[in-house]
Amino acid sequence: MPIRFKINDVAVEAKPGEGLLDVARRNGFSIPSLCHLESVPAIGACRICLVEVRRGRRSKLTTSCNYEVLDGIEVSTDSPEIRRHRAMNLELLLARAPSSEAIRKLAAQYGVSQPRFGPIKYNPLPNCILCELCVRACTELGHHALTTVGRGDRKRIGLPFNKPADTCVGCGACASVCPTHCIPMTDTLTKRAIWGQKHDFVRCSECGAPVITKKHRDHAIATKGLPEDYYDVCQSCKQIATSQRFAAIVW
Amino acid sequence: MTAAKTIDPKRIDRVLARHPQGKPTALVNLLHDLQAEFRYLPELAMEKAASYLNVPNGQLFRVATFYESFHLKPRGKHIATVCTGTACHVRGAPKLTDHISREFEIPVGGTTKNMELTLETVNCVGACALGPLLILDGEYHGNMSPAKLDRTLKTIKRG
Amino acid sequence: MTSPFKNAAELEKHQKQLQGQKQLPSTIAVCTSGCVAYGANRLVDAFTKAVKSRKIGDQVRIIATGCQGFCERGPLVVVHPQEWFYEKVDGKDINDILDSALKGKVLKRLLHKDAKGKTYQKESEVPFYRNQKRLLLAQNSRIDPCSIDDYLRAGGYAALAKALTKMAPEEVIEQITASGLRGRGGGGFPAGVKWKSCRAAASKNGVRYIICNADEGDPGAFMDRALIEGNPHSVIEGMIIGAWAVGHPGKPQGFVYIRNEYPLAVERLGIALEQARAAGLLGKNILGSGLNFDIQVNRGGGAFVCGESTALMASIEGDVGRPRAKHIHTVEVGLNGKPSNLNNVETWANVPLIIDHGVKWFTKIGTGDVSDNPWGGSKGTKIFALVGKVKNTGLVEVPMGATLREIIYDIGGGIRDGKKFKAVQTGGPSGGCLPESKLDVPVDFDTLVQEGSMMGSGGMIVMDEDTCMVDVAKYFVGFLKFESCGNCTSCRDGLIRLHELLEDITTGRGSEATIQLIEDLAETVRASSLCALGTSAVNPLQSTLRYFRDEYLAHVQDQRCPAKVCKELITFTIDAKKCNGCTLCAKRCPQDTIEGKKKKPYTIIQDNCIKCGICMDVCQQDAVIVQ
Repeated sequence: MPIRFKINDVAVEAKPGEGLLDVARRNGFSIPSLCHLESVPAIGACRICLVEVRRGRRSKLTTSCNYEVLDGIEVSTDSPEIRRHRAMNLELLLARAPSSEAIRKLAAQYGVSQPRFGPIKYNPLPNCILCELCVRACTELGHHALTTVGRGDRKRIGLPFNKPADTCVGCGACASVCPTHCIPMTDTLTKRAIWGQKHDFVRCSECGAPVITKKHRDHAIATKGLPEDYYDVCQSCKQIATSQRFAAIVW
Repeated sequence: MTAAKTIDPKRIDRVLARHPQGKPTALVNLLHDLQAEFRYLPELAMEKAASYLNVPNGQLFRVATFYESFHLKPRGKHIATVCTGTACHVRGAPKLTDHISREFEIPVGGTTKNMELTLETVNCVGACALGPLLILDGEYHGNMSPAKLDRTLKTIKRG
Repeated sequence: MTSPFKNAAELEKHQKQLQGQKQLPSTIAVCTSGCVAYGANRLVDAFTKAVKSRKIGDQVRIIATGCQGFCERGPLVVVHPQEWFYEKVDGKDINDILDSALKGKVLKRLLHKDAKGKTYQKESEVPFYRNQKRLLLAQNSRIDPCSIDDYLRAGGYAALAKALTKMAPEEVIEQITASGLRGRGGGGFPAGVKWKSCRAAASKNGVRYIICNADEGDPGAFMDRALIEGNPHSVIEGMIIGAWAVGHPGKPQGFVYIRNEYPLAVERLGIALEQARAAGLLGKNILGSGLNFDIQVNRGGGAFVCGESTALMASIEGDVGRPRAKHIHTVEVGLNGKPSNLNNVETWANVPLIIDHGVKWFTKIGTGDVSDNPWGGSKGTKIFALVGKVKNTGLVEVPMGATLREIIYDIGGGIRDGKKFKAVQTGGPSGGCLPESKLDVPVDFDTLVQEGSMMGSGGMIVMDEDTCMVDVAKYFVGFLKFESCGNCTSCRDGLIRLHELLEDITTGRGSEATIQLIEDLAETVRASSLCALGTSAVNPLQSTLRYFRDEYLAHVQDQRCPAKVCKELITFTIDAKKCNGCTLCAKRCPQDTIEGKKKKPYTIIQDNCIKCGICMDVCQQDAVIVQ
């Protein structure tokens, strides 16, 4: 049985257990958000995806990412109140991550250009907004190489026991999901440096480009049952090879 | 500190054995017991606890740093805990922490270089009638003032 | 203790036996709860030794009890059966107390005296106690919390026997609902309604968790500690009845999540649980009813946020106490994804009383009408930790609906040191500060919320003219920025910034724009945070802005702290007329910034003064003035 409800007076359908933000986006409603990806569990950290949900006579503000849809609810994705609180939360985040392009842009849309707050005092990873996408991605991938440390005003993203984790394979998922690009990761042709470790790359046997870190390859082959030579050639060389084969057949 | 090197793994194992293996619900209790054994949580003990309970190191470290009860660094021979509950606050607890901080040159949570004294705070121990309250090595000292503090802490070596 | 009770009849028989037994002529009950801060443990040891050396063990029994309530006058000792109440008892009083107990003659010099010099013999006659209604705390100065027989003798576990043998689980739930019992942890949600939903929630393997929240994290509150230290079996009995009502015939399992900063409570709870198991009151087929239930103790890690139910459950699961969105209630999906019924210590302790005495008896106490709406009133009593600048600090139990004035003045004796009342803070960091004009407000769940505060779990902190309300707001915001789990931007960063802004005001750097920004930001913290810690975090701040705005304005307009608390806005000086040049202040000044000649008035050189106040503390002439 699908769940039926309304977003901005438009009737929509969803599967039970789906998150409101995902459903809204699928139906073309735009709700801003910084800490949500469909592939990781929602935690409602950034508080930007606020919407108003009416259920019967009761109405309240809630984040949409971690709200499981219910039959008959009526959702508004925009109102002066919603905009006011989104703006204030963005002002808080901009003060935390002043050089993040993504946050500056979004804040500007809400009329915030210069935060009224100074630089944040405890800030070991500059521009980090503690959305935990990195930790959630790492955990979801089964590596458990990153974690949150501490709480409240001393909360930060860090490594277990403050030392490089054996379980880090250098996949770089943490850096790529980061909305403010604040996780330092440096790649050369042969090595990737991240979280205090250097990982050797597997290089493409055709073009020599880095494909994947060796540790990541070993982990992927072991856990996903892929053939041993799966990562010997990079994606683009594989595509070229495929199209050449295809061309040979057609012509 | 060289304390980490002198940790006997057998002492850790004895504490672990008192808890059900592979059950994360025992985690906070287990950390309390490890801390009772060592007065802080040595890294080796945390690592062993993580594998004993079958939780990732990340989760264990997250828990150990989230809860105020746990200390990841060795603490001093004496522990001065100032109650910073509301009743103690309105009766002048901040003056006590300020005074100890200044006299022993340590922040709250810090330990003197000679490992004699650690200064800590606690949210409330339910002895509000006696506020502001200092607990020195488990012993309660009520109706404290900076002037009285000097007397209570006079046996502790500075440095 | 005998062998485990197989059924209710065996329990009743044992109880009758205990009640028929001849008691020793005298029982001396020493409070060993808050009173340990006065050295009460040494007192118990000394009493025990004296009884032994005087070989009067067949005449006098010494018991170490939980909190007897009148903390201000500790260490407290009550002599039974006469109920003689002795205060400020010292080691050297021991033999006199023993002599008087043996002779049956009261020891007058240790009795309580009121301001007019009138003395009171019995505990229940002392004004501090007389104006209370002690139901939950009734046994605290009577029983040894480490003796299940004491509890049984006082009628304990009779309610359990009644529920398990004479009432169906649904019937128990009906009674609890009809009693109007609401959650004592602060939320005030009707317990019966919660129990009913939890019983109705689907559980594949029949597991339902019965949880007791004993993570009393409010700074300035110790009600739950007193109940567990003083009468742990009453909480356990309540939980077993709850397991029957909510979880039978499935697989109910119990947890107590208890604050580790209360080592004595942890210890006494552990002892009581062992005793209950040995008596067959926990375990398999309890009293032959078919109920299987046991309780496990989980110690908290020192995180205020774990008082929130979903955070508490995450903590039991072995993770950080991060609350989750509660669109789906924990009674359906809670601990380990199973239906979970969580109530606070005081709520559980009420359960046996209600089952024992009935709904009619319970609903006579309190406010409103709950006959067809469990939210229609506040029934029963409430325990408060009455602390701060009040004369009679202590633990008080009053009927719901008592006014703040009755609690603070009739029981609390008013403000200490002849100072003026300024505010009373209820509800801890989630509550608010109420001014003098609200003193006649009845204390119940709904009225306090209307006035901008809340009942909370029962902390009641009295503040006088020397308390700066901006400083109080800063204290609570500072507390919460440290206690926030750190998940939500609005709570984590909002509180960090609110604290900075309040710091600006208390150091004289604030302006009216600062107050405006505080108000706007506070609205966002309230409206857009996930859990109750965040949404209520600004209550102390907003209530002080509402009732004590003039104090904020004095700080920002005149750079003045009316209560003379905020260091940057005050100066210490020495009144030359009063100073006799004793040199004490100069010797003790940590900055060496007090100068003068012996026997001549001294002066404080302001540049180096750090306003620590030591000079004021040590001066015996009251010559140090703060402005």
